[in-house]
Amino acid sequence: MKAYKVWVLALALFLVGGALFVYKWQGLGYPLLPEEETRIWTVEATLKFDAGPAPVPAKVTLYVPALTPGFAILDENFVSRGFGFTTRYVSGGRQVQWAVRRIKGEQTLYYRATIYKDPLQAENDSTPPFPAPPRLREPDSLAMQQLVGQIQSQSADPASFTVELLKRLANPGTDQNVLMLLGSQAGTTSRALTAITVLAAAQIPARLLRGVYLTDRERQARMLPWLEVHDGERWIYFDPATGAQGLPENFLVWWRGSEPLYTRDGGGDTEVQFSVQRNEVDPVLVAERRAVAWQSRIADFSMFSLPIQTQAVYGILLMIPLGALLVVFLRNIVGIKTFGTFMPVLVALAFRETQVVAGVILFSLVVVLGLLFRFFMEHLRLLLVPRLAAVLIIVVLLMVLISIVGHQLGLDMGLSVGLFPMVILTMTIERMSIVWEERGPTEAIQQGLGSLLVAALCFSVMDIEVLKHLFFVFPELLLWLLAITLLLGRYSGYRLLELLRFKTLADPAP
Amino acid sequence: MFGLARKLSTKGVLGINARNCNYILRHNPRRLYPLVDDKLATKRLAIAAGLPVPDLYGVIASHRDVRELPKLVAGHRDFVIKPAHGSGGDGILVVSARVRDGSAYRLVDGTIMDGDDIGHHLSNIISGQYSLGGHRDVALIEYCVKFDPIFSECAYRGIPDIRVIVFRGYPVMAMLRLPTRKSHGKANLHQGAVGAGLDLATGETTCAVIGNSGITEHPDTGALIAGRQIPRWPYLLDFAARCHELTGLGYIGVDIVLDRDKGPMLLELNVRPGLNIQIANRCGLRDRLKIIEAQPDGVGVAERVAFSMGSLLQPATAAH
Repeated sequence: MKAYKVWVLALALFLVGGALFVYKWQGLGYPLLPEEETRIWTVEATLKFDAGPAPVPAKVTLYVPALTPGFAILDENFVSRGFGFTTRYVSGGRQVQWAVRRIKGEQTLYYRATIYKDPLQAENDSTPPFPAPPRLREPDSLAMQQLVGQIQSQSADPASFTVELLKRLANPGTDQNVLMLLGSQAGTTSRALTAITVLAAAQIPARLLRGVYLTDRERQARMLPWLEVHDGERWIYFDPATGAQGLPENFLVWWRGSEPLYTRDGGGDTEVQFSVQRNEVDPVLVAERRAVAWQSRIADFSMFSLPIQTQAVYGILLMIPLGALLVVFLRNIVGIKTFGTFMPVLVALAFRETQVVAGVILFSLVVVLGLLFRFFMEHLRLLLVPRLAAVLIIVVLLMVLISIVGHQLGLDMGLSVGLFPMVILTMTIERMSIVWEERGPTEAIQQGLGSLLVAALCFSVMDIEVLKHLFFVFPELLLWLLAITLLLGRYSGYRLLELLRFKTLADPAP
Repeated sequence: MFGLARKLSTKGVLGINARNCNYILRHNPRRLYPLVDDKLATKRLAIAAGLPVPDLYGVIASHRDVRELPKLVAGHRDFVIKPAHGSGGDGILVVSARVRDGSAYRLVDGTIMDGDDIGHHLSNIISGQYSLGGHRDVALIEYCVKFDPIFSECAYRGIPDIRVIVFRGYPVMAMLRLPTRKSHGKANLHQGAVGAGLDLATGETTCAVIGNSGITEHPDTGALIAGRQIPRWPYLLDFAARCHELTGLGYIGVDIVLDRDKGPMLLELNVRPGLNIQIANRCGLRDRLKIIEAQPDGVGVAERVAFSMGSLLQPATAAH
């Protein structure tokens, strides 16, 4: 009955911890490994214009990314000295509007966005209405009807219609209809616009979109046109230059429609430049942002919401349960005896500063010298508490001495002794001396070495970077530790060292 | 390694985890622990139930009382000092004689301690050095058992005692513990005493161990250990079995001493009796405990003892 309850509880803890863990890992993209990095791009649009020698009012609008399939915006800022700015949604996406009452001379406005790849960021645009048929004059109208008719006979659906159309537009050859519709303009953008007109005539909603390739580093990134066609269910993308279907990887959609990228009241020379720079960042940062964007409560309960100093403390504290679990294992499964139940875990914490070899040497040094003093004090017949206090004072003095002598000899390891838990050392010395007297030196040294061994093992486990990272980013894994501990608490099999103890019983009686 | 574990398991050897999990946690309610963890309380219970215990000469409960020791032991040649909350025999001093006109004490292992030494030891006991959890404690000063001459040739100084594991009131296994030079006159196995298995049916010693290794002779006296008869064996088992009713604890170790003049006396009870008794008897505990678990509740002492002495618990039947 009780055993079954423990199993159920452990399973529940395991599932709750696991569910949280998987959600944070897979859903929010919290990184599993510490060295993992997420690629981000900083895209910057620089808008320059000359307001002239006399102060004039100025109003500038600029399209900024809004719906970006495959990418998400981590962070963005608008740098504009003296300008007030607002952003708003318009038909082509999102626009920033900079305005100032009086300005003169050269002006530079910046928009900077940090973008990361997010496959979950899909096109969630609404289904557009059927486009109004284009009004064309003869003979364009006739050419259009003929072209649409020809292509419709050679295609099955909007996608194949678009492919066929783009192929014809790219290679007009001697097709008079196509040549007439294209007119004298030959750019990719105008070809895309022509395609949209033809598609409208065929009752297929389509629109132009512009975007940049996110490369490693590009000072003069170009805005490229792309064709977006709605096939009745979703938007599909076409390269107007080649007719290839699909949106390329690393293509960031900037704005849609045929409106210009920017407008400026009063006109005049205006120049916009785009630059792209790739960076690597801590994926935790991205995951936190994503959690906020999804309005998930997870980010509110994250370790990363704490002040940095507190984070550092918890980085250490979260490893203590792991040490405790190891102690449970080493005591109840292996059967190693130690002084004090969790004393090795605390000593292991001190090893963080000293590293394990120096830590073991320093620990042994303090304990051996402390024990010598303790044996000497036995003759003084002090009462228990004053005696403990005296040992504590001696321990502190020993630590000071070790640090000073070590420093004189140029051994910096002596300095880190100061982080040893003094009270723990004192209690260890006291208990070791009692065991020494009552059970003999063998038992005392055995338990002393056992404690050191457990401390060293605890340290080695608690110092594994991956585990540190995992427990900090996914504290819910502590529920797993709890589940394992509960199960270990019901372990009623032999301890490893017991096998040695009872070995004689396994052999047939002599 | 798993092979060894399987072998031990088929022999019915009880491990610490299994003992704690299946017997101590299940049959020993926590609230009853104080009855046995405090030897003074155990003593009072035993007296009330009519079980003989060593006479209590006095209790030293404060540092001021330490001076009272000579008064308490006046008129007694030998006596024992023990912490009321001690465990595993730690902190016990057995004084065998007064030397230097009574100003100093000779311990059973030959060490001489003067009044100050003894006083310091008492202070340590009172401060809680030997008590579980380091709480303040009291020191009991009591009658020093004159051991039965039948042990004279197989005990090196100190006082031998008999440990009986009593489960649900049934004695399930017993051993004789003989002090050695190494154990400083103490009868605790982990301190180096000899453990000799006892045949539950007859009360005869069978085989013996020191630590984990089997022996046939006492290491200090050279006397053969096997084949010695414990006197008044059925009475001893009856005595041990009564300790179940005494405390209500289901799984206990009962320590009994045989006094030359006063007969068997209850020394102490243990809620976490050690498992070395299995090595001393060359027999696992688990199968015997299983047999007892199948017995009904509310069986009288006499029937329980008779059952334990019957063939059911003997190694020949229990080992397989």
